[in-house]
Amino acid sequence: MKKKIRIDSVLIAIAISMLLFLPRAYGASEAFKGNIYKVGDLKPVDSKLMVKVGNQAPHFTLPSLSGEKVSLGQYRGKKNVVLSFVPAAWTPVCSDQWPGYNIMKDIFEENETVLLGITVDNIPTLFAWTNQMGKLWFPVLSDFWPHGAVAKKYGVLRSDGVSERALFVINKKGIIRYIDVHDINKRPPLEDLVSALEKLGK
Amino acid sequence: MKKIYLTLPVIAIMVIALVSPVLTANKSPEKGETLPVFNLPIPKNPAEKTYLGLSGDGFFKIPQIKAKVVIVEIYSMYCPYCQKDAPGINELYQRIQKNPDLKDKIKLIGIGAGNTPFEVEAYRKTYQVPFPLFPDKDYTIHKACGEVRTPYFIVVKINDDGTHQIVHAQLGNYPGAEPFLELVLKASGLK
Repeated sequence: MKKKIRIDSVLIAIAISMLLFLPRAYGASEAFKGNIYKVGDLKPVDSKLMVKVGNQAPHFTLPSLSGEKVSLGQYRGKKNVVLSFVPAAWTPVCSDQWPGYNIMKDIFEENETVLLGITVDNIPTLFAWTNQMGKLWFPVLSDFWPHGAVAKKYGVLRSDGVSERALFVINKKGIIRYIDVHDINKRPPLEDLVSALEKLGK
Repeated sequence: MKKIYLTLPVIAIMVIALVSPVLTANKSPEKGETLPVFNLPIPKNPAEKTYLGLSGDGFFKIPQIKAKVVIVEIYSMYCPYCQKDAPGINELYQRIQKNPDLKDKIKLIGIGAGNTPFEVEAYRKTYQVPFPLFPDKDYTIHKACGEVRTPYFIVVKINDDGTHQIVHAQLGNYPGAEPFLELVLKASGLK
């Protein structure tokens, strides 16, 4: 009887562990090793936009990873701007989004556009996380304090305090030309962003 | 009490039976196994078609490539290590192509996990990738390969009777073109 119970427990344990470890669809890069926290499937969008295409983009100044403060206004009349909000450092899809933009510098430059990466994480976390991505050519901004204030201004702060996976394309006059508040569980296809950039004109 | 002891294992076995096919499909391809079953589109580009020894339209399976050995890299344009390794993988291709004994025997392909055709083209252009790359937009192949982290290398030996087996598989740690080619030659018995 004792032996049987043991076999039973083993079977049950195997069954439970199989259910617990049912795999999910992520394309994780080896660059992050085992350091990506699996968040599971989240509600695709959990906020209400405060801006729309055609609006003046709300002003902000945020600290960047390099130590300088970056203001949206500094690009006015000079460059188009892409704001790439990603939910949080060390999460599955975000970790595989900016590294792609990092090899697309040419496309941004051809369209006279700067890219600003923004998360609600603090600078030390952003430092450790983006170090895994190789050297990034674009500024990474911390919307940590007051927490998520810029994300909130744009209407992309989720109820749990992280931001949406959202792209805003802002032209040289500071007008929003494109918004993609993407399903947080998925990576926005590059072609959608590129075609929005190409529509800006020179 | 006795009833519970009888019922729980039965439920457990049922759960294992239900879940295990999913798990099998979600295990990374390893040495000694055959490849998971998936199709790739026959390239439209005539040079790529010739390189792989394929003809016509439609789909093919990796063992149909005209070669003794196929090296498959599962990569992503969004993966920093894949980006870093890209020049070294190109060099592997060049080394094989420059060697008259090897160029018809070893072929190289890349599969872009979760990458759209546009993203695959962007990667090809950025790194001037000279071998065929295939998009896997919906992660279908990536899922069949156990959602491996990238880059993942699979070396497949194709036998004369059309059967095949994986003779080497590794996650990341690309050692450079020369050592990797050496490893491929040894693992596949070409040397």
